[in-house]
Amino acid sequence: MQITRRHFFRVMGAAGASVAVRPPAGHAWQSNAPPDSFGCLVDLTRCVGCRKCEEACAEVNGLPEPERVNCQCTIFEKDRRPDHDAYTVVNRYYTGKVDEFDKPVPTFAKVQCMHCQDPACVSACIVGALTKDETGAVRYDVTKCIGCRYCMVACPFEIPAYEYSDPINPRVMKCTFCYDRISKEGGLPGCATICPTEAITFGRRSTLLEVAGKRLKDNPARYLPHIYGEKEVGGTSWMYLSGVPFEQVNLPTLPENPSPKLSETVQHSLFTYLWSPILLFGVLGGVMAWFNKNDNPPDKGGV
Amino acid sequence: MAHAARPLKRPLWTPGVLVMLVFMFAGAVAIIARFTGGIGYVTNLSNARPWGIWVGIDVATGVALAAGGFTTAALAHIFGRHYYEPVTRPALLTAVLGYTFVVIGLLVDIGRSWAIWKPMFYWNFNSVLFEVAMCVMIYLTVLYIEFLPIVAEQFKGRVNLPGILSGLNRLADGFLHTADRILGKVMWVFIILGVVLSCMHQSSLGSLMLVTPTKLHPLWYTPILPLLFLTSAIAVGYPMVVFETTLATASFKLDSEVKILAPLTQITIFLLGFYMVLKIGDMGVRGTWIYLLDGTYQTNSFLVELLFGVMIPWIMLLFKPVRQSARGVFTAAALIVGGVVLNRVNVFIVGFRSPLTESGYFPAPSEILVTLGLIATLMFIYRVVVTYLPVLQAPKEVSS
Repeated sequence: MQITRRHFFRVMGAAGASVAVRPPAGHAWQSNAPPDSFGCLVDLTRCVGCRKCEEACAEVNGLPEPERVNCQCTIFEKDRRPDHDAYTVVNRYYTGKVDEFDKPVPTFAKVQCMHCQDPACVSACIVGALTKDETGAVRYDVTKCIGCRYCMVACPFEIPAYEYSDPINPRVMKCTFCYDRISKEGGLPGCATICPTEAITFGRRSTLLEVAGKRLKDNPARYLPHIYGEKEVGGTSWMYLSGVPFEQVNLPTLPENPSPKLSETVQHSLFTYLWSPILLFGVLGGVMAWFNKNDNPPDKGGV
Repeated sequence: MAHAARPLKRPLWTPGVLVMLVFMFAGAVAIIARFTGGIGYVTNLSNARPWGIWVGIDVATGVALAAGGFTTAALAHIFGRHYYEPVTRPALLTAVLGYTFVVIGLLVDIGRSWAIWKPMFYWNFNSVLFEVAMCVMIYLTVLYIEFLPIVAEQFKGRVNLPGILSGLNRLADGFLHTADRILGKVMWVFIILGVVLSCMHQSSLGSLMLVTPTKLHPLWYTPILPLLFLTSAIAVGYPMVVFETTLATASFKLDSEVKILAPLTQITIFLLGFYMVLKIGDMGVRGTWIYLLDGTYQTNSFLVELLFGVMIPWIMLLFKPVRQSARGVFTAAALIVGGVVLNRVNVFIVGFRSPLTESGYFPAPSEILVTLGLIATLMFIYRVVVTYLPVLQAPKEVSS
């Protein structure tokens, strides 16, 4: 443990240089959302709970047939979530809404990956196995995945599911936005091709926002004046219109800030060009040289 | 000096060690079950609750409690307080073993254990976990390099490998000589590097949860989470050294190290006090104290953490009689260690709320057995190492 003056100045020089070249601190965080990507608009006032979208999704993505595929009644008795066998599921909610005969009216809600504009999972993924591509789809590359499940921790919509029963090669499973279909001209995601009530509208996100705005304006009594997904966590590719409060149909109330904004800002302002570790190394080296300058090096090694 | 670091050369197979072996065996069975039936077979994890005690305890707590390694190195070697050098070796050993078992814990927890090397080639600079992984990987290497001189001290000039390996004796001996000579000159680089890397990933472990503003309970979710993780790791470093040194000296019936440990607790008053001010101040600034009396188990867990893990031991240490009694010092240190353990468990498990599904999580028995088995293995290896390598301070007549 010897430190000489020469060592010390060399280290301090490196630290100083690194501080000099670092970019202006605190450069603002910027969204990485692709311009004019695709999205889907789900109109819950149109959905009748036929579950055809579940069936189409399973078929297109090579997943097992949905649970009790033709059941449109008792299947709704339990609240289901997307899992490793199903990228999308439809749930039924009684929210207190009644018809003119005081009969409770159900609201059906399809749930799947929202394909956030600035996805928390993409930011979190240790190896970049999750990416947001130019179609708007959040894609998963199993060849990079190590199975840390940080994406699942990060997701504000509780969407990624895991193959917990596979001991060696488990995968993260979630809606793909059918990216190989929608990246082709005129291609639609499986679920959107089949919906009999046109509750699912596929298109450019900007167009969908106009469509949604028009529906709200033309029929204000039918809807709550809110496009869910326009601003939630910085915006999502999948967006919802509803006649009942969104939190009652399992669409959580979320802030407008993208989830990764704070963590990425902290990481980049601290570690861009590794300026802070290098500075700390230099300072500690200086401290070490100062405090040990009169010492004969103690028994070497044996830290 | 009457005392120096020496191999203890005590009988290894004590009743305590046999108990450890039982836990190690049970843990091994649970790990075999995990690699045949999958994570779902041995744990209570779900899609809504992807991280359990393997992350919260084996990894996050393991890293925090290994902080004694870099805090004692900083004190004795960087700040030149050579008085404390006797405790640097046991602290270093704890860090080496702690981080080794963090990696083993990760291998069990991640779904594709065989792919653990992939972050070295696929980089995501936005990912906090990527930075943590890189730091832990490099720091583990640094720790082994720092430990090498202890091995060299014991075996240099008397390498005697058994049986067929004896042909390698000269080679191994030459390696130890060369490594010892080179490391003696450049060790300062590794000592500083160890402190820098520790500061980076100790804080970043807190940054891990910054990406989940809606899922972590507001009592813990704060923009200064990385700072709280760093300051608590620094604060727990010396108490952890006190805790394990007291246990080790009592268990091996060595002379108490109270003379060295007592001043360490004086430093702890400042370090823990700083953490406490940050933690309470943060609660005041963000107004989260309104949750404190709502009676949920999360809030209660926070209160236990703050009262018994931070405030009470801090107040205890203010009193001189406490600082001067071995029992008082040990009690305060144990409370602080417990407080940091509970903090990590709170942040990664108790305070984690899945937004849509009720995911009341309690670890499965086999999940607990894996954790206990890993801890038992760590303690067993600690015991083996201090028996055969010069780590703890022992009077000369014992080692002869």
